[in-house]
Amino acid sequence: MIKEIGIFIVAVILAPLIGGFLSGIDRKLTAFIQGRYGPPIWQPFYDVIKLLYKQRLLVNDFQVFSAYMYLLSAILSVGLFAIKGDLLMILFIMSLGLVFYIAGALSTKSPYSQVGAQRELMQMLAYEPMLIFFAIAVYNVTGSFNLAQIMTHGKLLLDLPLMFILLGLVLTIKLKKSPFDLSASEHAHQELVRGILTDYSGPYLALIHIADWYELVLILAMIAILWSQNLVIGALIALATFFVDIVIDNITARMTVKWMLAFSWSISILFTIVNIAYIYFRR
Amino acid sequence: MGLKEFVEKSFKKSPWVLHYNCSSCNGCDIEILACMTPLYDMERFGMVNVGNPKHADILVVTGTVNHKNKEVLKNIYDQMPEPKVVVAVGVCAATGGIFREAYNVLGGIDKVIPVDVYVPGCPAKPEAIIDGLYKAAEILKEKYEKMGKAEEVLK
Ligand code: SF4
Repeated sequence: MIKEIGIFIVAVILAPLIGGFLSGIDRKLTAFIQGRYGPPIWQPFYDVIKLLYKQRLLVNDFQVFSAYMYLLSAILSVGLFAIKGDLLMILFIMSLGLVFYIAGALSTKSPYSQVGAQRELMQMLAYEPMLIFFAIAVYNVTGSFNLAQIMTHGKLLLDLPLMFILLGLVLTIKLKKSPFDLSASEHAHQELVRGILTDYSGPYLALIHIADWYELVLILAMIAILWSQNLVIGALIALATFFVDIVIDNITARMTVKWMLAFSWSISILFTIVNIAYIYFRR
Repeated sequence: MGLKEFVEKSFKKSPWVLHYNCSSCNGCDIEILACMTPLYDMERFGMVNVGNPKHADILVVTGTVNHKNKEVLKNIYDQMPEPKVVVAVGVCAATGGIFREAYNVLGGIDKVIPVDVYVPGCPAKPEAIIDGLYKAAEILKEKYEKMGKAEEVLK
């Protein structure tokens, strides 16, 4: 029990550091691909610390609550993952936080944050089935939703190659990368001002950034357990997926919400059916 | 390095820039956009161009103020959270420039909001604008320090 609490705390402290560092690499790499020099690697930490110490400007009190709930659920899901909890439970806690995040944006009167929140809902609708299908496929192979059980199967990647691609897609949608950067007007696009983040400002924006780092680490960890025999190799696979996502972000243009839904649903249903058939075939 | 120094450094290292075109002739705006291109790349100082006054630290204004847009400018300035810095780019924003005598023009933007940095030129060169923004980032840090001192006094 004490050991598990220790692991929980270490994971909760380490995850934002890793997530922030990765998003720093993301910005540097994006700058490199665009032929720029780019900000320092530690830039995301400077940004978040600065935001934490800016003046508080609130539209309503519910925003404070929802920003904290989003962060709390992200922390809980990463911690539960670290102590090898239940995969389905982790997925549900993660989406619970997102619901608060969206409700906080919907609680303001700004049309930009309203439209951004609607689009974020659509994005959730696009990747939540993929995550659930992933859990189902994992269950088909290992017979359990418990991470400790799942991790006794060393090389899940060989059984679930298509689900691995789906997780890569989830990462792209979750990080709001092109072609799915719909809800928050990433980079310098400002057609929705800042979309769902428009009315979160100062310290609350910082909380949301930190929660995003937790979720980034969580998805990468899900990819890493596909090679749980040697977690170093698993982590390398996850990092490679992350880099492919950054390259995709830089070479594609934004698509519409409709296209995203059609694409992600058809791909996820097709891949899941083929992959589960493949599992039975391998037996 | 203690937490306090790190926070102060963060303010200098991460100024988010909001650009408002206050009836400018578009000459200065193009030069500001040039600052974001790979050739000048202002992101290497951590400067990001944001479209939301609630996220911005530095307000970059080009062009003169007239009777129509003085309220808009004031409104944008009021929406930014403290600490904030204003940079006036081009002689229009500084004094009114060649439009100074026009019947609808009030003059430089310092008639409406307090300005911290003036960048001269018609249009201002990208190098000069980046210089001005860097200076503004330093002023941002100073303002944050002063904010802390003011809070101590109020306690
Ligand atoms: S300073 Fe010159 S270039 Fe800039 S807005 Fe005024 S007239 Fe145009």
